[in-house]
Amino acid sequence: MSEIILKNLRHSYMAEPQDDADWALKQMSVDWSDGGAYALLGPSGCGKTTLLNIISGLLTPTEGEVWFGEEEVSQLPADQRNIAQVFQFPVVYDTMTVYDNLAFPLRNRGIGEAEVDRKVREIADMLDLGETLMTRAAGLTADGKQKISLGRGLVRSDVNVIMFDEPLTVIDPHLKWELRSKLKELHQQIGTTMIYVTHDQTEALTFADQVVVMQEGEVVQIGTPVELFERPQHTFVGHFIGSPGMNVLACEVDQGQPVYGGIPVEMTDKVKADDPSARLEIGIRPEFISFADQGIPVNVEKVSDAGRFSIVETRHGDDVIKLLVPEGGNVPSESTFLKFDPDHTQVYANDWMVSRGSHG
Amino acid sequence: MTLALKNVVKRVGADIHVHDTNVEMVDGQFNILLGTTLAGKTTLMQLMAGLQAPTSGEVWFNGKNVTGVPVQKRNVSFVHQQFINYPHFSVFENIASPLRVAKYSRKDLDERVGQVAELLKLTPMLGRKPSELSGGQQQRTALARALVKDSDLVLLDEPLANLDYKLREELRDELPKLFEDRGCTVVYATTEPTEALLLGGYCATVHEGSVTQFGKTASVYRAPFDLLTAQVFSDPPINVAEVKLTDGRFILNDQVSWSAAASGLAEGTYRMAVRPHFVTLKPNAEDNVKLEGRVLVGELSGSESVVRFDLNGMFWVSQSLGIHVIEPGSVSEFYIDTSKCLYFGENNQLMAA
Repeated sequence: MSEIILKNLRHSYMAEPQDDADWALKQMSVDWSDGGAYALLGPSGCGKTTLLNIISGLLTPTEGEVWFGEEEVSQLPADQRNIAQVFQFPVVYDTMTVYDNLAFPLRNRGIGEAEVDRKVREIADMLDLGETLMTRAAGLTADGKQKISLGRGLVRSDVNVIMFDEPLTVIDPHLKWELRSKLKELHQQIGTTMIYVTHDQTEALTFADQVVVMQEGEVVQIGTPVELFERPQHTFVGHFIGSPGMNVLACEVDQGQPVYGGIPVEMTDKVKADDPSARLEIGIRPEFISFADQGIPVNVEKVSDAGRFSIVETRHGDDVIKLLVPEGGNVPSESTFLKFDPDHTQVYANDWMVSRGSHG
Repeated sequence: MTLALKNVVKRVGADIHVHDTNVEMVDGQFNILLGTTLAGKTTLMQLMAGLQAPTSGEVWFNGKNVTGVPVQKRNVSFVHQQFINYPHFSVFENIASPLRVAKYSRKDLDERVGQVAELLKLTPMLGRKPSELSGGQQQRTALARALVKDSDLVLLDEPLANLDYKLREELRDELPKLFEDRGCTVVYATTEPTEALLLGGYCATVHEGSVTQFGKTASVYRAPFDLLTAQVFSDPPINVAEVKLTDGRFILNDQVSWSAAASGLAEGTYRMAVRPHFVTLKPNAEDNVKLEGRVLVGELSGSESVVRFDLNGMFWVSQSLGIHVIEPGSVSEFYIDTSKCLYFGENNQLMAA
């Protein structure tokens, strides 16, 4: 077990990268402390698998270093990095029993049978596989097999990190929550550093204490689930996390205060925008907008009943502004006003947050 | 253009895949089949399309008995969960294929493909092969093929299930607009209650090969006839517990009680069900009663928090807006909004809401 440090990593699949777009992974540095639960989150093609392969040693980065604690491992091949990996699809020996499947990684390393037996039974208990230990893996359901894959990842006590690559893809949607909660629980019991790669926000936010959000090869925010929701550092984070995503509205800034459609918008933080040519936008999540007697004039255009709340689409000029109204809440019929919660109103310059204040 | 199933039964060997079903889809509307995987949605759609013949019963379309009329002789489009396109055809030819079969003139064909491509934002991709498209674009191509001919019946079998959720959000928004003013009957299968609600229209809840209720989507959600329908139409699952009614009060777990006056129910034992968003971490109304439960897991969806907890051996769920981090294993307070509870009697029929 050890801390994981990524220093100035950059990777291109091209021999001679020229443009920004040639880099599959743009420059990034991360410091992950020992024993944490981390997630890499982003849409397909964002670079998260590239990053995963660099950490595991399947790929040597074009630039930068990978450190496990005091040891630089950038040049070490994958099999010498002491990493356990769990993939999308179960990797299970069908002809072996559940027991022998779990014991395999340990026997492979010449660990004595008494210790093998102790570890296998411990992990099997944690994963509720105790009853099926002596049955053959072939007869199990997809989620049963994936539990074995998880178990094989967890059974070794000598690993630096356990990495999960979209591990719940094959699991029936109605069973996913059980494995999500199991993984969280296992992390607390075992305490090994774990990195979870996914495009699914629920899986990432539920599992991780800290989430790395990536877009087009770039890390756009590293933060806790609360930070990603309440203070997205980049408009992409606001858009990608949450459903519906954050409203992003072109604005101006006057003496540190945003002005939208000629109307000053109250905000707790102050804007620190230095670049006068930057594209300025207000970011406000639908959860933090309410109807009011005065404020931003809008017309209500569409109300979509989602059961527990309604998604209300309003229009101000060319902009559509979405807000959420809890079930049973009142929606004005046509023209009305909106109020943005000042604590959750942010300003972005060229997509990066430029509001600073009491939150730091 | 009414589609009706009359006493339709489908048996395969000894198994009954569809139990005696009577349901009439509403023409010119979205008709949603909501149920879990393997509930029977796909079989129902294949029976509607003529891809399968019922073991007994009849399929009627537009006032005509079409039982046993194969799909080729019916004007039907079908879009599946997996993106199905012809890999060696361009996007243009993929979309045009039903029109070629129907022997459209070159001019009409170009015009229709152009219109549909525009609608589905595929115009820049018309010359590409499906393998050069993203998943969302591939599914748009399959949708475009279903839209290009004026089908009387369009069947969409979980068409968004294989897409990233942001794309799903976008296409879910666009879909009802695409079918507006087309006059065709749309049947749409999904496993997700929220998706059913957002698509609107009408909804049939499907469970183990039976339609449990059919009606306007929002009314099936808010006024389920029975507990099973309420359960099919709830994700996360609706919370259920037995309650006793004595001396004018409902009693839960011998721990908490609330007035039964508004329910109008007689003394006895009932099953109470309450949706997860009416079980909250903080009190929000006067009608709240407080419970304590042991937290199993706190799930964060990005903008909502779902807490699964153990309430005296029952698995309950609380759902709220915003991100609230809550530690597994801890004992936490939960508040039920009792004004939102549903009460079911014998046979699990709804007695009071």
